[in-house]
Amino acid sequence: MITPHFPILQVVLPLIAAPVMVLARRGTLAWLLAVAVSWAGLYISLALLAQVADGGVISYAIGNWPPPWGIEYRIDRVNAFLLVLVSLIAAVVVVYSRASIGAEVPREQQYLFYAMYALCLAGLLGIAATGDAFNLFVFLEISSLSTYVLIAMGRDRRALMASYQYLIMGTIGATFYVIGVGLLYLMTGTLNMADMAARLQDVTEVRPVLAALAFITVGVCLKLALFPLHVWLPNAYAYAPSAVTAFLAATATKVSVYVLLRFYFSVFGASAVFAALPMGKILLLLSLAAMFIASAIAIFQADLKRLFAYSSVAQIGYITLGISFDSVTGLTAGIVHLFNHALTKGALFMLLGCIALRLGGVRFDNIRGIARVMPVTSFGIVLGGLSLIGVPATVGFVSKWYLVLAALESGQWWIALAIVLSSLLAVIYVWRFVEAAYFREPDPGIVKLKEAPLEMLVPAWLMIAGCIYFGLDASLTVDGASQAAATLLQGIR
Amino acid sequence: MTSVVLHPGMVLIAGALLLVALRGTARAAASLIVPAVALYLVWQVPDGVAWSAPFLDYQLALISGDRLSRLFAAIFAVMAFGGALFALNQKNPLELPAALIYAGAAIGVTLAGDLITLFVFWELMAIGSTLVIWSAGKGSAYRASLRYLMIHLLGGVILMAGIAGHVAEFGSIAFQRMTLDSPAHWLILAGFLINAGAPPLSAWLPDAYPEASWSGTVFLSAFTTKTAVYVLLRGFPGTELLIYIGLFMAFYGIVYALLENDMRRILAYSIVNQVGFMVTGVGIGTEMALNGAAAHAFTHIIYKALLLMSAGSVLLMTGKRKCTDLGGLFQSMPVTAICGIVGALAISSFPLTSGFISKSMISQSAADEHLFYVWLMLAAASAGVFLHAGIKFPWFVFFQRDSGLRPPDPPRNMQLAMLLFAALCIVLGVYPAPLYELLPYAVHYEPYTGAHVVTQLQLLLFSGLAFFVMLNYLRRTLTITLDVDWLYREPGRKLARESVAGLSRAGHKLEAGVRSQAGLWGGWILQQFGAMGAGSPWPTGSMALWVMVLLLAYLLLYYI
Repeated sequence: MITPHFPILQVVLPLIAAPVMVLARRGTLAWLLAVAVSWAGLYISLALLAQVADGGVISYAIGNWPPPWGIEYRIDRVNAFLLVLVSLIAAVVVVYSRASIGAEVPREQQYLFYAMYALCLAGLLGIAATGDAFNLFVFLEISSLSTYVLIAMGRDRRALMASYQYLIMGTIGATFYVIGVGLLYLMTGTLNMADMAARLQDVTEVRPVLAALAFITVGVCLKLALFPLHVWLPNAYAYAPSAVTAFLAATATKVSVYVLLRFYFSVFGASAVFAALPMGKILLLLSLAAMFIASAIAIFQADLKRLFAYSSVAQIGYITLGISFDSVTGLTAGIVHLFNHALTKGALFMLLGCIALRLGGVRFDNIRGIARVMPVTSFGIVLGGLSLIGVPATVGFVSKWYLVLAALESGQWWIALAIVLSSLLAVIYVWRFVEAAYFREPDPGIVKLKEAPLEMLVPAWLMIAGCIYFGLDASLTVDGASQAAATLLQGIR
Repeated sequence: MTSVVLHPGMVLIAGALLLVALRGTARAAASLIVPAVALYLVWQVPDGVAWSAPFLDYQLALISGDRLSRLFAAIFAVMAFGGALFALNQKNPLELPAALIYAGAAIGVTLAGDLITLFVFWELMAIGSTLVIWSAGKGSAYRASLRYLMIHLLGGVILMAGIAGHVAEFGSIAFQRMTLDSPAHWLILAGFLINAGAPPLSAWLPDAYPEASWSGTVFLSAFTTKTAVYVLLRGFPGTELLIYIGLFMAFYGIVYALLENDMRRILAYSIVNQVGFMVTGVGIGTEMALNGAAAHAFTHIIYKALLLMSAGSVLLMTGKRKCTDLGGLFQSMPVTAICGIVGALAISSFPLTSGFISKSMISQSAADEHLFYVWLMLAAASAGVFLHAGIKFPWFVFFQRDSGLRPPDPPRNMQLAMLLFAALCIVLGVYPAPLYELLPYAVHYEPYTGAHVVTQLQLLLFSGLAFFVMLNYLRRTLTITLDVDWLYREPGRKLARESVAGLSRAGHKLEAGVRSQAGLWGGWILQQFGAMGAGSPWPTGSMALWVMVLLLAYLLLYYI
């Protein structure tokens, strides 16, 4: 049977697809292959989630080398949830990307685009699936390197600069991570995460471990764009092709959050990170700073993609805020927001891509009156914006609700207030779009534009529909998140 | 769950969306039929929870009826009908649908049996009312609507934090009586009071309402503040703090209304004043006081709408809104003038008008509770009401010196709406029994006793005398009165700009500081990376520097 091999197939399918695409040298063929592996990946991830739903753990030994000597793929409820998220976003975005990439990337480069896309997907899924700290680094590099190429494919020449900056920062981040892993290896003699966690208990010399924690924290926080390490993100999001922005915004930072969670809760142990060290407070302050400062910067942006990129930095703040509480509710809030924000931001960037397809850009001075000619797209952006604000009946509300509950549970009233107050800033930047799109007279150039093609609108609206559906009936996402949170907290304390 | 009930608020909202698609006669007919249907549906709402739905881990109660909620829902539906009749010839296609959404959301709040449903309709109300102001179409209205929206969203998030806290603490989302024993309830109270126009944020009301169109203000006067009174009645009856807040509001409204020149701003301040009476009633908290607050909200909606309809008619026919530009209009606008005077008498609680039978219940309950100073201040405030709204508004607009303006009465539908509401004011004043029947508690109160009537008439006569004696001081000049809103309109905006700029300056300074302090090693890093980063919006070098700083900070913190 093939089912036992699902953990490796999840990662290997897109990994093998990439060179095949390069060999085929056909854009359409590459796209078909990308669609096939993405949807197969979605199926596999759902099957994996079903297998671990009862709280079990799948341990897959690659090449039958048993852990801790061989590389182990280890699926529990936490990363199964994440695998579903990444595969889902990938499956939706790949359908969308055909028309979008068709317009934004030269024809002769399109097969390369899909190859990079498949590599990036393989990298992200690999990070999520693996139970080996060094293997994780390898996948981190695979996803990062392919991401640099994907960003550089943007039409704007500044995409090169953005990609270059991300390359520098991403490399620093990955290096820090690998230094951290090296220190851990030094102290424990193992690279398998579960094994590492068990051996760390007996380590008496804690200084190298603390240094490892610092290196890994900073390295991963760079990748997840935690304030103030976010500076690479706005440019990368703004100048990358639309489909890439949607994909990265919904997956890349989320996977990095997962890495942080994994190391904090499963390797170092929550008590080492949060009780013995001031990690919770640092994370809390940085998260709050992200929520307010990044939102405030978003308000002043002239380009919608940059605006929503800064909003992403702010929303990542909500996720890390949830983590900083170190409680079931807090982690549930963080994880559910991870999912909800991926849906919301993915949908928003896809819809912005629809406008970019027709207009060539999404600057505020270009999009005046766009709602008259692109009503479906504009309304979708409004709904996504409402979700960012956290209006009831959208997923944003569900996240905020649990975040506020977690803040109250920890007895910190002022944080609950800060959470709800920061959503006022989101009101302002979403309103800027509403005002420009609905209440401004369109330029003569805009009037003759048409609505975006269905093959882009349908995937984007699917995500918007998800934002509403999971906002009304949150049982699926919240249950998944709270189970994942419970699993994480079961780890060594 | 005995019968299938339609949600009156949602029917109104659906009807509003339908209106957007309709034109001409069909639109006019629909805009009257929809509120009428909603009114009918309000009476079909049974006691107890009729609609519920699961959400998160909770059971929402979308429709939960009792006497109090039906009373408020009914007057909101009546108001939607009267307002729609008045606004039939409003040219702006957006305003009436927005107003009906606003009204539907207000009804939704009154029927909500749980805090989450309440919050959803609460926010919808803020959006609907903002659109009403916005559809006046002027630049000043647009800016006012944004200020208005920000205040209400602020109120909304405070309310939401409170609701979340309440749920975290008590595990139930049911909307029941609360006491001020936990921070959550303080926050909920603060959220409610912001909508009631309580200090220190009262200024949103007179700032925004007069900026709406001639018909928009009529709607605005009715819903937001009165839903706030409703939720206070249900959530915080007998909270002593509310007595003082209410009294403050009553006097705040009077002082500013006396100083004001714009006729609709006068009436807007008078809303704060009147809501002050109701909040005081809620604070007193006896059955009669609560009855009085509810009854006063009911009658207030009618006569305040009537006053604003008459002011709106004047505005529509003359295009002028300042008392100094108006006067002598009774000659050519007799219907408007008469209806305005009926409204003015009712707000002054003249015997035989609706104001008399409701407001006197609040004062009487203060007397029954031996709250002498409260009673005294309420009496003084009543006299003040007569000064600023009862005489000042009709005198300066319809009489006084002749301004030379000779506009005719407004179109037939507007006259009809005014006459309808004027008739309601008189009928309720003469024959209050039907209203008393609807009140949440049994009424043991007889308004028309000799003592009540004589006291009230004395009060009114003396304050009327005072008005004409002091007429020279009260005559308005072209001045602007400063209120709290100035704080966030001028320095507040500057502060926001400055703080954003300041933050970025501080960031640069910090970075520069780190650079100079970083010594040789840091300088070397910067040379390596800074040069390459030159020309990009954020030098790559400074990013890398931040990474180093953070890493060192972490190491330092860990090792301490």
